[in-house]
Amino acid sequence: MTEIACKIRGLEKSFGQNHVLRGIDLDLAPGQVTVLMGANGAGKSTLVKVLCGYHRKDAGSLELAGKPYEPADAADAISSGVVTVHQSIDDGVIPDLDVATNLTLDRLTQPGAGLFVHDRKLREAARHVAEGMGLTMDVRTRVGDLDVADRQMIAIARAMARAPRILVLDEPTSSLSATEAARLFQLIDRLRAQGVAILYISHRMSDIRRVADKIVCMRDGAISGLFAEAPLDYEGAVSAMLGHQMTDVDIDPQAGTAPVLEIEGLRLTEDGPTVDFTARAGEVVAVTGLLGSGKTRLAEIIFGLASPPAGTMRIDGDAYAPRHAGEAVARGVFMSPKDRRANAVIPDFDIADNMTLPFLGAFSRLSFLSGRRQRQASDDMIGRIGVVCQGGTDSILTLSGGNQQKVMIGRWLIEPSRVLLLDEPFQGVDIGARRDIGQHIRETANGRATVVFVSEIDEALEIADRIVVLNEGAVAGEHISGKIDLGQLVAQVSGQVAGTAAGKPGATVGAEGQDHG
Amino acid sequence: MGNERFLNFAIKYGFLILLVGLVIFFSLSTNGFGSARSAVFILQSVAITGILALGVTCTLVVDGFDLSIGSVATSSLMLSSYAMVVLELSAGSAILLCLLMGAVVGLVNGLLIVKFKVPDLLATLGMMFLLIGLQRIPTQGNSVATGMALPDGSTAEGTFSPAFLWLGRHRMDFFLENLLPVPVVIFLLIAVGIWLFLGFTRHGRLMYAIGSNERAAALVGTPVNLFKIVAYMISGVMASVGGMLLAARLGRGDIASGTNLLLDSVAAALIGFAVLGAARPNAFGTAIGALFVGILLQGLTMMNAPYYTQDFVKGAVLVIALVFTFYLSSRRGAGGK
Repeated sequence: MTEIACKIRGLEKSFGQNHVLRGIDLDLAPGQVTVLMGANGAGKSTLVKVLCGYHRKDAGSLELAGKPYEPADAADAISSGVVTVHQSIDDGVIPDLDVATNLTLDRLTQPGAGLFVHDRKLREAARHVAEGMGLTMDVRTRVGDLDVADRQMIAIARAMARAPRILVLDEPTSSLSATEAARLFQLIDRLRAQGVAILYISHRMSDIRRVADKIVCMRDGAISGLFAEAPLDYEGAVSAMLGHQMTDVDIDPQAGTAPVLEIEGLRLTEDGPTVDFTARAGEVVAVTGLLGSGKTRLAEIIFGLASPPAGTMRIDGDAYAPRHAGEAVARGVFMSPKDRRANAVIPDFDIADNMTLPFLGAFSRLSFLSGRRQRQASDDMIGRIGVVCQGGTDSILTLSGGNQQKVMIGRWLIEPSRVLLLDEPFQGVDIGARRDIGQHIRETANGRATVVFVSEIDEALEIADRIVVLNEGAVAGEHISGKIDLGQLVAQVSGQVAGTAAGKPGATVGAEGQDHG
Repeated sequence: MGNERFLNFAIKYGFLILLVGLVIFFSLSTNGFGSARSAVFILQSVAITGILALGVTCTLVVDGFDLSIGSVATSSLMLSSYAMVVLELSAGSAILLCLLMGAVVGLVNGLLIVKFKVPDLLATLGMMFLLIGLQRIPTQGNSVATGMALPDGSTAEGTFSPAFLWLGRHRMDFFLENLLPVPVVIFLLIAVGIWLFLGFTRHGRLMYAIGSNERAAALVGTPVNLFKIVAYMISGVMASVGGMLLAARLGRGDIASGTNLLLDSVAAALIGFAVLGAARPNAFGTAIGALFVGILLQGLTMMNAPYYTQDFVKGAVLVIALVFTFYLSSRRGAGGK
């Protein structure tokens, strides 16, 4: 690689007294995927925002193919060939319009565009773009009706329609399932072959292993590690990012005591298979499976957001059929939902109000709130779970993603629960915060049943005493921490019949589940 | 740095400083503005608008909007008059009837929005038209007064009861004799009540949570629909109180009164966003917003500004307040991140 597509030297950026970027040196080469790793708050997002023209740099130099580059705004960055696909997909597409319009939107705003929209010609152009990207859907489909992966592809396709020299992907797989992510990776391979310089930001080791040509680690606003020689040193990268050695989590598996949550003959869909499931006091159970395996549905049913077509649930032996979330909370079943920005964070509230929200009753007399007691409880929880902040009166939006997530989980630890459900608790959370959260959940697990819903197998291994695999609405297998056959687990997740995993003739998936049950 | 601090200061106290500045300016440049009587006059002029504005604030808190408050108030004006003059009911029954009407309208608004998924602006707009029409039907479009001709040829014999008129016309002694009008006292009591409710109670906090992220509020077990319906019911009841006070002041069911109530009270609530840099609906801000408009109009009137400039002045104040709220606060937000 002789030519350098983008050359960053001594880049600095401060917000007030907060020195976010402290002299970044970085080269992006064409036809190469550079992975940028960094804990939340390391300055990754700021670096991206400087690149895509959202923030102005304070000092340092940026060069594109040898020419100085100083984007005045996002449009300027795009016309210079730097295109960014942001983390939240819906910033990149217009859900109410069809695929064709989305793919050709930029042409509508170009100078010289005619007054009337020529639909047939537009669709023709769109089909051309779609084919180039390996997209097969009908271009007349409304984008809002597509699944997440397709929407993501459209967002990237829109970016590609501008023929970028540099493509920045900010956590593109955070809302994709494994198969959907695989399609994205194929696309990345194709773009790499076309000579695009790609900056790929991610927390997910599995993604990084798949796409990285080069790894750059950021820590506290500076580059803390650069790994360019194959084979890439992934562990070195993680420790450069965290500043300490990544240690294997050892879990001392707890079998649990009395059953707390018992589910029998539950159907997740009208004519789907039945699910039997028990969670005991003191154990942490991870339910894992692909998108569409029924994980979210199961969580919703237990928390009273959906009613199952068939089946019974019991809590401590008593019948349990919640009609809404309020009833579930009253019975001691708490749930931290996935996608915290949409489902959990109250953006107008400070940390203390966010944390105490479900239990305001406990902090009020005759409905009058005691701010002092709210702050006491939240400061206590902030200390225990390790939220990095000035104090409980900080706005929730001043926190990084990992710290926001800690607040959202801490919210449900303020009062003791019978069953704690955590749906994707590690979504958009850096490895450091993920460790803190996992450790705290395990430490407090006594006396309640904890069920964690995760799609990443790594995350399940890291936190659970027992892993239950769901596939298409049925339990595909069950594993006890410490004696896990990873190959088999992966096969169950992806729905392959266990026979193909070889090695263990005769051990069907179902039988395996029985052994450990 | 200094700039940022100045901006923060301006956002937080700008409106209050402007308010104090106006009071000082008018006191110095006119004769009699800075007296207790004049202060009470201003309070009286904003009391009814303020009560409606406090009601609509509750719906704004849950990220809703109530356009029907003006017509609820005029319906309440007509209903109370009709009840006493034509049906010859007592003051107590008339008041109960009006409060009930307000609550029912709020309930219907809430159900339209929550159960039938009609967007809030449209549901309450529909309700507004419906009530404007409905209040004219019993009297065939005429105002209600003792001695009016009824459809069957007889005349209305009932009168406004003195107890009802007391609500609109009596003045209580407060340092000076006959100083405080009852509507002002009611306005202040309601303002304190709503301020305590929204700002300091668990239920108020949950309403703010619903307004900020409805899904998240629901997922911690808040009965979101119930809270929303209650917000519209509070709004409806407040509007009916405002309408009754207007009826008690006028002493007749004047079909043409109260046309400005909706715009004035919504303006007060929106101006309230800017007070103390809250950037969200709040009872204190709403009360200050109503006062601000009252003071400005009273001062300008005493300086001989013609009456027809009033709406222009209100509009200008509202636009400036909205800039305060949305532009300056968002700049502050962007600077921090």
